[in-house]
Amino acid sequence: MREKGLLATLARLIPYAGNTIPRLMLGVLVGIAAHMFALALPQVLRDLVNGLEQNLNLQFLLGSVGLFLLLGASEAILVLLRRWLVLEPGTQVEARMRNHLYEKLQKLPISFHDQWPSGQLLSRSVQDLGLLRRWISFGFVLLIANIVMIAVGLGILFNTHWMLGTILLVSSLPFWVRGFNYQREYGMASRQSQDQAGDLATNVEESVHGIRVLKAFGRGEQAAGVFSRGAKELRMTELRKARLNSNLWLFIIMLPELSIGLSLLAGVYLISSGELTLGGLVSYFATVMVLRWPIESLGFLLAFTLDAKAAVQRFVEVIDQPIDISEEEQLQSIENPVGRLEFKDVHFRYPDAPDKQRDLIDGVSFKIEPGESVALIGITGSGKSTVTSLATRLYDTTSGSIEIDGVDIRKLSFGELRSTIAMAFEDATLFSASVRDNVLLGRPDASEEEFKQALSIAQAEFVYDLPEGVETIIGEEGMSLSGGQRQRLALARAVAAKPSILVMDDPLSALDVDTEALVENALRKVLAGTTALIVAHRPSTVMLADRVALLQDGKITAIGTHSELLNNSEHYRYVISSFDSEKQVII
Amino acid sequence: MSTFGTLNEDESDLSKEDSKVIRNRSLKLLISLIQPVKKRLYLSFGIGILSQLLRVIGPAIIAYALDTALPAAVNDDQIPLLTAVGGYLLVAVATASMTAFFIRYGARINQDVLLDLRQRMFRHTQKLSVEFHERYTSGRVIARQTSDLDSIRELLDTGGNEMVVSLMFMIFTGGALLILDPQSFLVLMASWIPLYFITRWFIRSARLQYRRSRVASARLIVYFVETMTGIRAVKAFRTEKRNQQKYGDLNEDYRRITKRTIQLFGIFDPSLIFTGSVAMTFVLLFSGSRVIEGELGIGVLTAALLYTRQFFGPIERIAVFYNSYQAASAALEKISGVLEEEPTVPEPEKPAELKKIQGELDFDKVSFNYSNNVPVLPEFSLNIPAGQTIAMVGTTGAGKSTLAKLISRFYDPVLGSVSLDGIDLREISSTDLRRHIVMVTQEAYLFSGSVSDNIALGKPGASAEEVAAAAQAVGAHEFIMQLPDGYDTDVNKRGGRVSAGQRQLISFARAFLADPSVLILDEATSSLDIPSERQVQLGLQTLLKGRTAIIIAHRLSTVAIADRVLVMEHGRIIEDDSPSKLIEGEGKFSKLHKAWRESLV
Repeated sequence: MREKGLLATLARLIPYAGNTIPRLMLGVLVGIAAHMFALALPQVLRDLVNGLEQNLNLQFLLGSVGLFLLLGASEAILVLLRRWLVLEPGTQVEARMRNHLYEKLQKLPISFHDQWPSGQLLSRSVQDLGLLRRWISFGFVLLIANIVMIAVGLGILFNTHWMLGTILLVSSLPFWVRGFNYQREYGMASRQSQDQAGDLATNVEESVHGIRVLKAFGRGEQAAGVFSRGAKELRMTELRKARLNSNLWLFIIMLPELSIGLSLLAGVYLISSGELTLGGLVSYFATVMVLRWPIESLGFLLAFTLDAKAAVQRFVEVIDQPIDISEEEQLQSIENPVGRLEFKDVHFRYPDAPDKQRDLIDGVSFKIEPGESVALIGITGSGKSTVTSLATRLYDTTSGSIEIDGVDIRKLSFGELRSTIAMAFEDATLFSASVRDNVLLGRPDASEEEFKQALSIAQAEFVYDLPEGVETIIGEEGMSLSGGQRQRLALARAVAAKPSILVMDDPLSALDVDTEALVENALRKVLAGTTALIVAHRPSTVMLADRVALLQDGKITAIGTHSELLNNSEHYRYVISSFDSEKQVII
Repeated sequence: MSTFGTLNEDESDLSKEDSKVIRNRSLKLLISLIQPVKKRLYLSFGIGILSQLLRVIGPAIIAYALDTALPAAVNDDQIPLLTAVGGYLLVAVATASMTAFFIRYGARINQDVLLDLRQRMFRHTQKLSVEFHERYTSGRVIARQTSDLDSIRELLDTGGNEMVVSLMFMIFTGGALLILDPQSFLVLMASWIPLYFITRWFIRSARLQYRRSRVASARLIVYFVETMTGIRAVKAFRTEKRNQQKYGDLNEDYRRITKRTIQLFGIFDPSLIFTGSVAMTFVLLFSGSRVIEGELGIGVLTAALLYTRQFFGPIERIAVFYNSYQAASAALEKISGVLEEEPTVPEPEKPAELKKIQGELDFDKVSFNYSNNVPVLPEFSLNIPAGQTIAMVGTTGAGKSTLAKLISRFYDPVLGSVSLDGIDLREISSTDLRRHIVMVTQEAYLFSGSVSDNIALGKPGASAEEVAAAAQAVGAHEFIMQLPDGYDTDVNKRGGRVSAGQRQLISFARAFLADPSVLILDEATSSLDIPSERQVQLGLQTLLKGRTAIIIAHRLSTVAIADRVLVMEHGRIIEDDSPSKLIEGEGKFSKLHKAWRESLV
């Protein structure tokens, strides 16, 4: 990808500024106006000095004093106004971009989330957007206002005397040469530093989510070592930025001062030759003094703008990601949903899988009739979970199709597809919300009765004993539950969604034998009228299903009832049977 | 209400005393951060102050040039003028070089402080007990270490040392004015009175707003992290719209608070500008009238005005700094709270010296409950001789995992003691403890990096052969070899590309490699298919020779390799015997076992 220019990159902010642009522009204008009042002060000073030289008059002095006060007060009011004006644009752009990023991230397919560490996403959402808010409210406004001020100031200086103006202008040339190189180098450093900060955030996140593993193995120190290395790399980049900045500042501070020194010489010469008044020279100095800060701040603002550019780039990288799993334009709808699920020669491979490797799912075809339940069996890593992910379009098939009631799932809206199919995942994710909200995640409008029924099917009645019953907040921010309890809630969630097709990925793995038997009994009733695809490891779970499909080398190599497969398929016996003929491992 | 640690973190409106306690706490942290860089900080101040001193000389040289050198030059005496110009140029070069050095040097100090804080924070959160992490939640720990540290970085970028230098600049400017024209100096001093009141107002209101802003920002981060972590469930249950709504609300809350916070500064800053203008007006009025009286030269008037203007110049910078200081100190308050937290499972002060560990475990009158005082394990005693393999059976919530967590010292017992070879676990350093006791849990977390890195976590510095041998032993070698880059395959985010069962195999290999005296397996094979489980058990039979092992499993197949079975119910051990005796008997286990055997056929 070719690196876009500074302006083209920053232009990506415009849509987010939207209706606040007029306010922002007004803010810029007011900022310029405030600067103009600041510039006017030396002019008043000139007239004052010239006036005092000629007629020592109290009335004249009071007039000037009044003018001074007026200018000062106006400047203050304009600054107040500018700061007030830019509030809305800055915070709005930040909030809108943050919302858009979140929206986009929710839309992006699972394959994207597999590849992007969430720390990188978090640092974009927090650090980068915070930086952009500050840049829009201050950096951008001041950059324009200061440039205008410097230009006008130069004009005034030229107007005072062309020689003085020329001195300042010529002495600033090295700065512009320097600045060009600086922009390139600093831009790169800035991008690198933000990326490294993102890596560090990822590091932090993993160390927190994996805290139990780190503790169990006593590897906290080692993790800290990795983190330290990352933090030190970031420090090096920051130091490089500082070095670049200090080189620039050297010029930024020296050049105006040098020009003042030279102007002193020229000014005295001009006064003695009568080409300049004393007041003129005083105002010249005063003007340069007033301009000193805007000139100095140029260095800082330039760095700020480059940081902002890098932040926009990082943001746009995510926003411009193609959503390769999206709704078709011509959507279809299932006329009479009965819940027939059919896989037609389905192939799937990860896009970055090496060419020589066979497709992970290598031509899977089978059909589940309405109300029927099929267990999917295979060894670890055979692709069972992938098959379930394909049915809900968490991933899209590489070729072939999956149909529900004769309609290709790619032709269905996400809303329809995912209310037709509900999933119970093996690693049960609970959100920080009440038990009720967690269970009714897929169908918030379910009745109280349906809710209770779902809990009872999943044997999750333990929730009534929680401190606040079903209103107890669980998940990260609330009560922590055991693996088995979480899994039962995840199951209740899938059941409560009342789908016509239920997909369960090893839904009972964390349950003890007693509870498992109870859940199975209850599930049987649900499954009687629901189409189901159940990934299973244990014979007991397999018994829930009417038929069994055996996944081997990416294909369904056998399908039939449990006893049929036990008789006909050696691989099935190998996979499902706990009895090993040669070694009596199990009692 | 207690202010200790992270207890009242979400409060913004603190009582006076609480607020003071918390401020002192963060101040202490700040001082301890500065301590190691103190000398360099002094040097940096010195240079900064010197460069400012030189800058202050500027207007004085101009005054001299206008009042003395100009008339002399008109009278054909060029020497004063050339001296003035030469002096000015020299000062310019010196100031600029010193400032450039100051920036570079200051950045080093800032970055060192930041690195120090980052590392302290990281190490400390790693040290804190599981109990803390469960209570405080991962999202907040992340927020503390990302966005809060970021606002401190911002503060350092604004330049803490620059603030001192700016202050010095003001003092020098004031001093120069005092020498040049004491009357103008008095006017300048008078302007401090309104400055004081304005600043006091700002400090008070900003502190509250920034606290609110930290809380709101942490909420936003927690929600963000939760969505991204649970993205599969989000998609499968179509909660995108509801999430968007909630996130949008949190985002808007944060925006409003931010806006209000910035608004405060938006009032503060112009008030300073206005005060400066008024001060300048008065200086002009007084010195101007003295010029009229003929008591004062125009050069001095000019310099006095320039000095006054200059005096107020850095005030804006100080204000900007102070603003980010307020933001950072709100963050520092939260960070210092986390740092104040002590591990509830503390390191022993004088760790016992371990000789050869046999692996005998003993529970002596142990009882345990979590902070809510509901008893989880009522008092019990249990001895596990070295080398024994124990299977623990019981319903979910019977207390099996809690017992395991006591052995691995995720928690300490409320009463009684757990000991390894007769040494109380509380007296063993965590390094020793973790070397000898390793626990594998059901949630097989993978870190980003290669498969090999993840296995080697069990034994840092393990050779490729050792890693492969461990994988082979648990039957993970084959699938690993089928991955695109074999052992070097990147497992990506939370093991996105390997299945739950494969993750468990990897974490098993990890434990295998760690080679501990005591191994605890808490549901470590729940996601494995039967052939893999069989393979793991074969591996276990070799692995467990000469080791103590506690295996928690729902599937009774594990019992096969156990010497002894403990059946737990409601926190109590109700059966304890060899597997064969228990099966023959009439107890709970016998029933479970029958049911299980039936389920297999």
